[in-house]
Amino acid sequence: MIEATLARSAATARRRLLDICFPVLALGILCAALAALGALIADVWGDGASRLSWDFMTGFPSRRAADAGIWHALTGSVFIILLTGALAVPIGVATAIYLEEYARRGLWSKIIEINITNLAAVPSIIYGLLGLGLFVRALAMGRSVLAGASTLALLVLPVIILSTREALRAVPGSIREGSYALGATKWQTVWYQVLPVALPGILTGTILALSRAIGETAPLITIGALTFVAFAPDGIWSPFTVLPIQIFNWVSRPQQEFQVNAAAGIIVLLVLLLTMNATAIWLRDRFQKKLT
Amino acid sequence: MSASIPIPSLAGIAARGAQPAIQGPPKVQAEALNFFYGETRALQDISINIQPNVVTAFIGPSGCGKSTFLRTMNRMNDIIPGTRVEGKLLIDGTDIYGHGIDVVSLRRRVGMVFQKSNPFPKSVFDNIAYGLRVNNMDGSRAEVEERVEQSLRQAALWDEVKDRLHDSALAMSGGQQQRLCIARALAVKPDILLMDEPASALDPIATQRIEELVYDLKKDYTIVIVTHNMQQAARVSDFTAFFWLGKLVEYDRTQKIFTNPGEKTTEDYVTGRFG
Repeated sequence: MIEATLARSAATARRRLLDICFPVLALGILCAALAALGALIADVWGDGASRLSWDFMTGFPSRRAADAGIWHALTGSVFIILLTGALAVPIGVATAIYLEEYARRGLWSKIIEINITNLAAVPSIIYGLLGLGLFVRALAMGRSVLAGASTLALLVLPVIILSTREALRAVPGSIREGSYALGATKWQTVWYQVLPVALPGILTGTILALSRAIGETAPLITIGALTFVAFAPDGIWSPFTVLPIQIFNWVSRPQQEFQVNAAAGIIVLLVLLLTMNATAIWLRDRFQKKLT
Repeated sequence: MSASIPIPSLAGIAARGAQPAIQGPPKVQAEALNFFYGETRALQDISINIQPNVVTAFIGPSGCGKSTFLRTMNRMNDIIPGTRVEGKLLIDGTDIYGHGIDVVSLRRRVGMVFQKSNPFPKSVFDNIAYGLRVNNMDGSRAEVEERVEQSLRQAALWDEVKDRLHDSALAMSGGQQQRLCIARALAVKPDILLMDEPASALDPIATQRIEELVYDLKKDYTIVIVTHNMQQAARVSDFTAFFWLGKLVEYDRTQKIFTNPGEKTTEDYVTGRFG
């Protein structure tokens, strides 16, 4: 009797087949996506690897492709992204904490929430125009690192707020209750209990947002980041350029040698991006290990 | 089918319920306490005197208001938006819903243990030291260490965890986690300990340890325990309050409630006829 019910039958064959089909399909799609990425990297590597050298990394722009380097754009990108983070992370995290932990749930918080979601979807060039009008002109920051970083900070702010709110929302209510029941104030509860638990999620969201910002070209061109600067930025008021703009500049030249420079620049940008993402994963794992 | 089960009616039950005859000032005193979730009246005219240094059990079917009433005693319901309290709730003669009451100090004095153990995702030591820190009770490192050990001993957990105080609390068993939560509540030196079904998620052995602990702790604390388990109420408590549909139906010595209740509804509930 038992044997009869446990034996494979035609009735279960279809279900078993479907059960196998789905993972095979998913694996196929994953492989296709990875293959596309791999092909892209291999192609860029083939074009630009020969140009990668210490001189290229530390060199400044030149009319001769063989002399041109990327130091000014690399430092510009790093400087911009650090300043963007310094501006956007405190404001974004504080906003999320307020909205999630303090603000009354009502019509206003709904409106604010919907608008933040909408802001996250606004095309980056529009932030560029805002930055040009607000930071470069009205606040007279000029075409400086500060103006660029402020513009990018506005761009990533909604993403940081949304991911921080998600991370805060994922903190179990029982932890908050446990803290309140011991006589902790709201701020103590948020600072000592909620934020540490939410930190891995906040970090991941933040670094992914900054990774997006580092590849942005349009808003920085709009506010007038220079396509030809012969120096590394030396302060927040300094003019600057960034990697994507430098790459764009080289790609648009007719000479083949500059195309090679562009490919090498892309490799540098990709390495920078992957380093940031790896840092995000490392930080998240480190904090998660500490907690469990 | 439903006609064969006699569902008792609330008609005829006095709003105040029966009260046991006891001398001495009560620790907690509710006077015509009403509680609202929005428009829903979850507690109706609750009046009760809870005695110090005894265990009082709240029993009743799900949704009868026993947990809600428990949570009014440390104002945990304040966290839920749209709730409202009417009437008086006095602890040592002070109305905790009156003007000038500091909720944070109230919750330090009225500790709480929850149905699902909720240790913080930190070490055993930090779980207990946290309450000291937020209440500015953390003196020197040695004082904190002493208080941590004392609390863990009170919760009968010290021998099991003394060698791994700095390991994560989440690595412990469910029963140990719940006793850690009790130790954590005791560390800040409360007078009253509220327990909301503290053993409902535990196995029989862990449950027994919690019950023994409750019995030991009552000499130093006033304990109020909500339970779904009537045997548990009979085993650990000195007084029992039976709640039904947001009302306090009967409140008396546990022995009387379980052997000779004054209300028909109570008798039907404790004998398992409904609920």
